[in-house]
Amino acid sequence: MQEWANQLCENRQFGSKMTDSKYFTTTKKGEIFELKAELNSDKKEKKKEAVKKVIASMTVGKDVSALFPDVVNCMQTDNLELKKLVYLYLMNYAKSQPDMAIMAVNTFVKDCEDPNPLIRALAVRTMGCIRVDKITEYLCEPLRKCLKDEDPYVRKTAAVCVAKLHDINAQLVEDQGFLDTLKDLISDSNPMVVANAVAALSEIAESHPNSNLLDLNPQTINKLLTALNECTEWGQIFILDCLANYTPRDDRESQSICERVTPRLSHANSAVVLSAVKVLMKFMEMLPKDLDYYGTLLKKLAPPLVTLLSAEPELQYVALRNINLIVQRRPEILKHEMKVFFVKYNDPIYVKLEKLDIMIRLASQANIAQVLAELKEYATEVDVDFVRKAVRAIGRCAIKVEQSAERCVSTLLDLIQTKVNYVVQEAIVVIKDIFRKYPNKYESVIATLCENLDSLDEPEARAAMIWIVGEYAERIDNADELLESFLEGFHDESTQVQLQLLTGIVKLFLKKPTETQELVQQVLSLATQDSDNPDLRDRGYIYWRLLSTDPVAAKEVVLAEKPLISEETDLIEPTLLEELICHIGTLASVYHKPPSAFVEGSRGVQHKRLPGSAGSGESVDSPDTGSAAGVSEAPPAVIPSQGDLLGDLLNLDLTPPTTTGPPPPTSGMQMGAMDLLGGGLDSLLGGDLGGNPAMAAGFGAPPAVMPTSFNAPVSGGLDDLFDLGGGVGMPMGSYSPPKTVWLPAMKAKGLEISGTFARRSGVIQMEMTLTNKAMSVMTDFAIQFNRNSFGLAPAGPLQVLTPLSPNQSIEVSLPLNTVGPVMKMEPLNNLQVAVKNNIDVFYFSCQYPISMLFVEDGKMERQVFLATWKDIPNDNESQFQIKDCHLSSDAASNKLQGSNIFTIAKRTVEGQDMLYQSIKLTNGIWVLAELRVQAGNPNYTVSLKCRAPEVSQSVFQSYEAVLKN
Amino acid sequence: MIHSLFLVNASGDIFLEKHWKSVVSRSVCDYFFEAQERATEPENVPPVIPTPHHYLISVLRHRIYFVAVIQSEVPPLFVIEFLHRVVDTFQDYFGVCTEAAIKDNVVVVYELLEEMLDNGFPLATESNILKELIKPPTILRTMVNTITGSTNVGEQLPTGQLSVVPWRRTGVKYTNNEAYFDVVEEIDAIIDKSGSTITAEIQGVIDACVKLTGMPDLTLSFMNPRLLDDVSFHPCVRFKRWEAERILSFIPPDGNFRLLSYHVSSQNLVAIPVYVKHNITFREGSSQGRFDLTLGPKQTMGKAVESVLVSSQLPRGVLNANLNPSQGTYTFDPVTKMLSWDVGKINPQKLPSLKGTMSLQAGASKPDENPTINIQFKIQQMAISGLKVNRLDMYGEKYKPFKGIKYMTKAGKFQVRT
Repeated sequence: MQEWANQLCENRQFGSKMTDSKYFTTTKKGEIFELKAELNSDKKEKKKEAVKKVIASMTVGKDVSALFPDVVNCMQTDNLELKKLVYLYLMNYAKSQPDMAIMAVNTFVKDCEDPNPLIRALAVRTMGCIRVDKITEYLCEPLRKCLKDEDPYVRKTAAVCVAKLHDINAQLVEDQGFLDTLKDLISDSNPMVVANAVAALSEIAESHPNSNLLDLNPQTINKLLTALNECTEWGQIFILDCLANYTPRDDRESQSICERVTPRLSHANSAVVLSAVKVLMKFMEMLPKDLDYYGTLLKKLAPPLVTLLSAEPELQYVALRNINLIVQRRPEILKHEMKVFFVKYNDPIYVKLEKLDIMIRLASQANIAQVLAELKEYATEVDVDFVRKAVRAIGRCAIKVEQSAERCVSTLLDLIQTKVNYVVQEAIVVIKDIFRKYPNKYESVIATLCENLDSLDEPEARAAMIWIVGEYAERIDNADELLESFLEGFHDESTQVQLQLLTGIVKLFLKKPTETQELVQQVLSLATQDSDNPDLRDRGYIYWRLLSTDPVAAKEVVLAEKPLISEETDLIEPTLLEELICHIGTLASVYHKPPSAFVEGSRGVQHKRLPGSAGSGESVDSPDTGSAAGVSEAPPAVIPSQGDLLGDLLNLDLTPPTTTGPPPPTSGMQMGAMDLLGGGLDSLLGGDLGGNPAMAAGFGAPPAVMPTSFNAPVSGGLDDLFDLGGGVGMPMGSYSPPKTVWLPAMKAKGLEISGTFARRSGVIQMEMTLTNKAMSVMTDFAIQFNRNSFGLAPAGPLQVLTPLSPNQSIEVSLPLNTVGPVMKMEPLNNLQVAVKNNIDVFYFSCQYPISMLFVEDGKMERQVFLATWKDIPNDNESQFQIKDCHLSSDAASNKLQGSNIFTIAKRTVEGQDMLYQSIKLTNGIWVLAELRVQAGNPNYTVSLKCRAPEVSQSVFQSYEAVLKN
Repeated sequence: MIHSLFLVNASGDIFLEKHWKSVVSRSVCDYFFEAQERATEPENVPPVIPTPHHYLISVLRHRIYFVAVIQSEVPPLFVIEFLHRVVDTFQDYFGVCTEAAIKDNVVVVYELLEEMLDNGFPLATESNILKELIKPPTILRTMVNTITGSTNVGEQLPTGQLSVVPWRRTGVKYTNNEAYFDVVEEIDAIIDKSGSTITAEIQGVIDACVKLTGMPDLTLSFMNPRLLDDVSFHPCVRFKRWEAERILSFIPPDGNFRLLSYHVSSQNLVAIPVYVKHNITFREGSSQGRFDLTLGPKQTMGKAVESVLVSSQLPRGVLNANLNPSQGTYTFDPVTKMLSWDVGKINPQKLPSLKGTMSLQAGASKPDENPTINIQFKIQQMAISGLKVNRLDMYGEKYKPFKGIKYMTKAGKFQVRT
């Protein structure tokens, strides 16, 4: 017995020597030579050992390519293991020894005919891995045979081989018709073959974004769904990912696919689960929400997602990134699962941060107490990054759930009391946000914040604190001291802090001008004269100008009411979110970027969209057209771009008086800049600014432009005209400005033309008074327009029937149509006119109020309005102020209606009336407007949204003109 | 698809590389090493790392990083799941998955990796099939092979791979037919300072060891299947039958496998088997802190709580701990500040406690963070969720197998905040 045990012991030692680690120990020189000898040995066993040694060296990255011929010689063997080892070697080194590799071709061809399917499959598999161009041609025939092999094991291996070959030589694969064979394999009887064919086609399709390789139709879908139940887990992933690209014809088909995919949610492989979630999330879009099945499906999605979170941290991370998307798209799925996102102290940091993010997204009034308790707990953890994010999260909760704001603030105050430096700083940053969201509510805490002023060393926290002090300067007794303390090290601060400090002190000055004059001068000079930062300098100058010219305006600008900050700051933009939902489970979903943005050479720009929801009635053919269908057609052709401005007015060469130049000024800002040159600053500074070259440069630009627009004959802003008194009677209906002189007699050999435009019962009229100030009679009047923005043209000849005697005036009314040639003018409503009489041809230009072009059927349906408003990008929105208007909102609405500006809806929010209005121009452009009227405030705000934003400025002018008359 | 695989050990050396497509230079791992350096703890290395031309997806198992390199859009979970499968296979073949074991068996490793993936597509990942293709190394076989010159590589086409039940090989024969099932539940919980449960959930699995001749068809039914509303099955389980009757019906793979895993969510009432009374305090200005911990059993249905191990990461300011356990032994590592107390079994009559003082750096301020207590334990013969197997039946074969079922409850991530 003892002896037997001893023997066993010995065997064990023997056995341990037998392990492969011995292959690693031969590092002596001459090793290659030794191996070579062994490879050429007659003894089979020795050969095999030698090949093993070679493989081992290869594995650890040693170069054993010199042995290529010797190893290839061992290939012709019956020993399967040896064959495999040689194949391994070949795959690694064939590329560096292409000529030698050809020697192996024959063996491959022979092995592809072997009676053993395992050998056939092995040969076809290895062939594809030899990435040598010369060899691939020889491999086509064997591959073709293997694709039709009787044994499915060989077929499925061959399917993958097509993808390999495609990677090496795409053209060859197409020429040989392998792609078609591969497509046929989707209908193979064996599910594994189907899965591999799908996988291969998907991979090939990645490099051919436009090819229609995976042509999905109900029949193939059915095939895939059948194979889905029977193939391996990996095959299921490929099939599910492929299914996700399909767009069902209707909700019934969508539901039936969902039903067949749902069982995959219970699969042990998390990748299968997530791919199934993708298919369901996408196809769910098509299901009507009132369907019972829709609710069932929503319920079924939660458990598998929760289960993913109990897996290993790496899986959790990917799952969490995807859940983040799902929660944004369909918060209802996980709204009751808050607790699974609670952080365990030994979660890896990347899991902790993701969980925190999702907790905030799921936070609601119902669970906020729990969430806050957790967040407070996290704020005492060890990991600094995590603690910071937790503190920030508390702030985000306050902003998201209004009812919790108070509790959040008190939690933050508790945290500030801990005096842990980075906690305090984060807390101050978020409290700033809370102040912005809920102004004038929590200012009682300012005192506590100020106590911690000295401990702040991070720019963001310092900037936040300065903002708070500046914003609430009137409530902080020693605000000037506090800000002054920051000012000492002004140039050492980061830009963020410098900018904030500048603004903060200006705010303080505007609130307490008496005590802080010195301070503001100090900061302005620091910002403008001693700083190299252009942003800072610019801001400094702007404040300087504002303060020096018009302190009232400065107050309006600097202390203006700030827009409230939005609830959730980092929501993914909806179209991107839709695309990402279509890519659940992919790298794109982990990075929250569209796949086109980062994966090299894949898919090109093939964007995926969620299919339209049921009930829209449209059958969606392809994912690409899916989203476009719901949206109204492209905007009507807008004015052609500005071409030859000097145009072909009467085919004569003339220079119109106002062709270029910026649109007239609309706010006091530019005016201020003008005055500034006049030395307005001096009042503040006590002169001698002129010597500052930076200053001069900074101010040089605006005035250079201004005069041109002021000197224009029809000077900027119709409002200028109205100061004349507007005595001309206004007919019922559309507003018409009073007549102005268009063509002075001086310029036209005694002919003076003044005029205006009016719209009467749908017809645009050009009303002119022609006065003869010359000594002779004028006859033979004719008129013609240059091409203009809206195609205005005389609808008939100028009716001046009797000759015009000296000192005689005549009133003419010329009907216009809008079918003339179109060219974009600058400004848009500029019209160049030529008038001829018996003496000469005269040219002038005038501007028509764009309200002439507002048509009578410009009232939009409410629904359409809403949709259009959303649909027009925010970039196209422009906002204007109408000052000193004392009409009530109803009166304004009536007045505007007279000019074909139609009020569609009215809403009252906090004493502010919002009128939603629509306008249609003669050329079919729609302008949507939101007019905000606050009782007691003579300043109206009008926001204009239009697909052709160029018209906004002119439309605004019309608004102003109409409202003020 | 998966391009290459690098195995990296704890000290940052690549000790194995495998390429399924063209060779990717190992310098791509530099990006990984950078991330590794940045991470404070080994497990904090992010699982997905972008590089200019590739993506690195890694898992950390048994102190080895398995780093997969991909070039095109591939589902990361697919890669991670595959890497798990690689780890499992190594463990299955070599008993342990360590650098030494992998190096010792490098040829088998290489053969396995080659079989598992073809051009980046998973090929054979089922342990049953792999074992038919490549026989696991055993001392005896290695000897025999050395002497006779035969090989580890099977000569046969793996039969299971093409059948309707790809997870089971044909022609299985045993003299003793047996089927054993282990119901193992892990309870994850967060308990707050005051002892109330913040969240508690159960991750359960049913692992099977089935050695049955021929093609047996088994059904397993439960007393209370309603507990299982969130389950993941082995592919052998017939899903339709489960949906309709809540019965597990399946043709089992041969040998060891995980039949199902399930999750009992925090929305159900989860019993908490132990409680902790703790008092860990530091006083301002004092260089001493008090430590007082007592454990006791709670809802255990009369079963003993065993193998109890308490660990806690004490605040950084703690220099040393001078404690007195009523039973078991404790250690405190002054470098990592990790306190661990091996309690053993909880005796309900005499509750185990650990009391004493912690010394702080003189003059240092009171630590900010509250240590969290991590508890491990085992309870035999009980599934804490209350899940019970009703019966196991076999169809399709004539013999009578031995059947057995075992229950066990373990602590998963069981944390008590202080």
